[in-house]
Amino acid sequence: MEDIARDIVNKDYEYGFTTDVETDVIDKGLSEDVVRLISKKKGEPEWLLEFRLQAYRYWAEQKQPEWGHLNMPVIDYQDISYYADPTKKSKSEDSKEIDPELMKTFDKLGIPLEERMALAGTAVDAVMDSVSVKTTFRDKLKEMGIIFMSISEAVREHPDLVREYLGSVVPYRDNYFAALNSAVFSDGSFVYIPKGVRCPMELSTYFRINARGTGQFERTLIVCDDDGYVSYLEGCTAPMRDENQLHAAIVEIVVKENAEVKYSTVQNWYPGDKNGKGGVLNLVTKRGHLRGANSRLSWTQVETGSAITWKYPSCVLSGDNSQAEFYSVAVTNNFQQADTGTKMIHIGRNTKSTIISKGISAGRSQNSYRGLVKVAPTAQGARNYSSCDSLLLGSKCGAHTFPYMDVKNSSAIVEHEATTSKISEEQLFYCQQRGINTEDAVSLIVNGYAKDVINKLPMEFAVEAQKLLGVSLEGSIG
Amino acid sequence: MSGTRQYTDFFNDVRDTLYTRSCDVMNAQRTGALDRFRSLGFPTRRTERYKYTDAGLDFEPDYGIALTPLTQELPKYCYRICNAPVDVTPYYNSIADKQDAVVCLNTMLSVDTLLVYIPRNTRPEHPIQISNILKGDNDTMVNRRLLIILEEGAEADIIITDHAVNDSRFLTNQVIEAFAGENSHLNIYEIEETHLLCTRYSNVYIRESRNASVRHTSLSLFNGHTRNTCTVQLAGEGSEVNLNGCVIADKMQHVDNNTRIEHLVPHCTSDELYKYVLDDSAVGAFAGIVYVREGAQKTSSAMKNANLCATDSARMYTQPMLEIYADDVKCSHGSTVGQLGEDALFYMMQRGIGINEARLLLKSAFITEVIETIPLEPLRDRLHFQVDKRLRGELSKCEGCKLCK
Amino acid sequence: MLKIRNLHASINGKEILKGVNLTIQDGEIHAVMGTNGAGKSTLSNVIVGNPMYEVTQGEVTFNGQNLLNMKPDERANLGIFMSFQQPVEIPGVSMTNFMRAAVNARYKAQGREQLSAGEFLKLMREKRKIVELDTKLTSRSVNEGFSGGEKKRNEIFQMAMLEPEFCILDETDSGLDVDALRIVAEGFNKLRKPDTSAMVITHYVRLLDYLKPDVVSVMIDGRIVKSGDASLAEKIEKTGFDWIKEEVGL
Repeated sequence: MEDIARDIVNKDYEYGFTTDVETDVIDKGLSEDVVRLISKKKGEPEWLLEFRLQAYRYWAEQKQPEWGHLNMPVIDYQDISYYADPTKKSKSEDSKEIDPELMKTFDKLGIPLEERMALAGTAVDAVMDSVSVKTTFRDKLKEMGIIFMSISEAVREHPDLVREYLGSVVPYRDNYFAALNSAVFSDGSFVYIPKGVRCPMELSTYFRINARGTGQFERTLIVCDDDGYVSYLEGCTAPMRDENQLHAAIVEIVVKENAEVKYSTVQNWYPGDKNGKGGVLNLVTKRGHLRGANSRLSWTQVETGSAITWKYPSCVLSGDNSQAEFYSVAVTNNFQQADTGTKMIHIGRNTKSTIISKGISAGRSQNSYRGLVKVAPTAQGARNYSSCDSLLLGSKCGAHTFPYMDVKNSSAIVEHEATTSKISEEQLFYCQQRGINTEDAVSLIVNGYAKDVINKLPMEFAVEAQKLLGVSLEGSIG
Repeated sequence: MSGTRQYTDFFNDVRDTLYTRSCDVMNAQRTGALDRFRSLGFPTRRTERYKYTDAGLDFEPDYGIALTPLTQELPKYCYRICNAPVDVTPYYNSIADKQDAVVCLNTMLSVDTLLVYIPRNTRPEHPIQISNILKGDNDTMVNRRLLIILEEGAEADIIITDHAVNDSRFLTNQVIEAFAGENSHLNIYEIEETHLLCTRYSNVYIRESRNASVRHTSLSLFNGHTRNTCTVQLAGEGSEVNLNGCVIADKMQHVDNNTRIEHLVPHCTSDELYKYVLDDSAVGAFAGIVYVREGAQKTSSAMKNANLCATDSARMYTQPMLEIYADDVKCSHGSTVGQLGEDALFYMMQRGIGINEARLLLKSAFITEVIETIPLEPLRDRLHFQVDKRLRGELSKCEGCKLCK
Repeated sequence: MLKIRNLHASINGKEILKGVNLTIQDGEIHAVMGTNGAGKSTLSNVIVGNPMYEVTQGEVTFNGQNLLNMKPDERANLGIFMSFQQPVEIPGVSMTNFMRAAVNARYKAQGREQLSAGEFLKLMREKRKIVELDTKLTSRSVNEGFSGGEKKRNEIFQMAMLEPEFCILDETDSGLDVDALRIVAEGFNKLRKPDTSAMVITHYVRLLDYLKPDVVSVMIDGRIVKSGDASLAEKIEKTGFDWIKEEVGL
């Protein structure tokens, strides 16, 4: 094994390039004035400013918590710029032309905008740094009554909808980073699926942190009305930067009666270099509220990037017979740390949740699953099944499992199982005997291991995720 | 902090009595424990290991605190620590958690320690039974301490039973430290049969040397408010541990078992099984962690926790955890909360068995898995009998004990 | 094709091979027979580079190239294939993806152009027929849920896909009923090109009835102690190994 390790050249972060775009960045630092400035730059109504200010005041009173199984660097919140707008101050007010440089960036990332998206049947809202660059395919969706636009636009065009739901699933008091996001969020996506409408294409957002020293605080709000359906994809990258970049996002999802939402994430933010320098701090609050009876929500995530990942996409199952799923693959290598999992809060009757988590740790990384399954006394007939497996590659990494189960209903059935083991040398050898080199063999076996989760992703994403698993683990066997 | 005050004041009041009634090996640890107890304060539910039990609340009432040393005649292999046949200084209070305020309180206030010492390659003919009988007309707190030392190749079966004679409130604060030498075999059985007004804190620490094998079985058959921890250090290669437990709780009973198994060296094995049957408004909690230190390769570990909740007012909290820093390991854990199988119930009813009897049979079968792990046959038989009685609601006083008759 | 000189190897510090000498010519079918624990499987595993075994002395060359400092996949890509005694299961990895990776690696090593997806699937179909392997099996995960016989057929199927120059059949006959044995053996014969060599490890003559070995070698206690033609196998079948042990003074 030693020899093999020596032969393998570590693959560098493929998406590490910066785009040369004029960016309108405000000065570093955070204060009430900055919050006011952000709100003003975005031309926001008074209620939203008030929302931000309340969140800011709450945040300012709090201390950054020590969460999870993480060794978190000290974040200097005054050394971050809270707003960066990569769109050039445009020539004409009505049409914001997309900078060709920006288009190149997206090409490099392989995000197919416009026609390419039309072919693939995906509508894209690309968020670079903080501002939604362009939302493709909007007109076609508009005909069906589907709203898919940046949240800033939604504030202008559909203020009532935004006001009704913003903060209704993740209140600003939820946690420290949720408060921070609520105070300074700069952009993100808004989706509204009207009653009875099935969104015919995958909706997609691509996030990318570009400007130096900026944090990204996007905010996504998805409301799926009765009998609606939508599948939403989120992809993330960041260029290589030495300093840690903060990413504190919020995703809120409201699912009404008989409606269904699928939310898929492939996250490969810059993980830092081989010595653990730099990388994105990914501190995200994602939650869905299954409000209506028979509603369904599934979170699928493939997490390969970021120096630190802290996120627990959660589901509050209020509606009777509602069903929630969480499928996750988290890969950590080198010095990455991940503390991720989910919360399933069963409130309604006959609610069902499934948790499938696959952790893969390599190098000197630490990978933890942390999850909560809570069954309230009202949740007659609640069911949960959780399976959390960890795969270890190398003797210096750690894999941890911290599930919490609180059951307060006698008719509930909650099951949890977990295994932790090393990647099988027998399997590796079998592949090698068939002529497959170690790198490819690891990638093959890991993909097999993660298959239950990958299969839940939409096709184009699944392919990307498979590649990412291989790339993220290159050089890990030794 | 205010909760700690009554104990520190008490300590100061009885300091002289403590020091004269006890001996150097214990006295040497007291002031350190006092300082830590004072600065730590009682753990709150924000302390991860105390998430499910509020220690501050349990220690709040005003108890009379027993300060009587062991006076009875002790059987073979058992000693008062002050008459120890070996130097126990390296052992006493060496593996107990010094950062746990409840343990510190015990170290401060224990007057005596029962030492079980089994010399090299010795195997006592009979199991050693230690019966703790709580008796007194006033509300009483007992700080109990046990030190178990098995030298190389020694073997012992130790049965520890808790009983309460009168209807007073009792608070037991027990600390056990056990050392299993190379190739030794130690079986500890703890059986609690007290009453609803009893509160029990038990902290057990076990350290194993090379190829040692330890089995710790905890049976909470009848109690009030119970909080048990068991911490095992697998410190010698080839050592193995079995931690098993069962809980039968109803009414307002509360049982919280917290275990930690530390795989510190390679080639060790741990196996854990805890089962709970909860009825009425009982609260059960199980938190178990398996920790595998870096370099502890070829670790094999399995943990299982299964629970039955019979009513909507019963609560079960379960938290099986793995913390692993080595790669060549096979670790698994599983946890379930559920009810009796409808199919099995129906099947039995179709054969003419009444619903209550059918439920009882299934509950009994559920607990049997734990009882069956006990190698000591007479104890196993007795426990089957007692579990059955308990499930029928007939066990309210300890069975077969002369004092209770 | 394959030359083994004074090969010593051990597992977990225990020496199993104690100086093996063996030569296999181009196109030769070479049977290795021996008692349990003689080191036959160790020998096959050492040739293909299983990291569980440590080579302490000796040399193994394949067409003049030293095999011992090569990784298992490099050896495989020279055209060395082993049919495993107990093929491992790899959950989640489909046979198709697995074979695709292996065939691509082999073609790359041979400097051949990679197959397109369509061509590859066509190749799978053709080769599957030879060993009468069910379509369902190739759509499953590698060896997962395969019966003992299916696993062995699957090994021969993979051999068909990879067209090796040298095959090791490590007790391919164990656990097979008569029909399965016939299918496997006939499959092997059909696939075999005139210059393909094989080392066949077996306890029984019935496989050799199909494969018709050119040379039969007997392994006892970590060494090859006797070689002969096919008649040697028949003699062993009738009289066991004791007379050989006596002859060589063991």
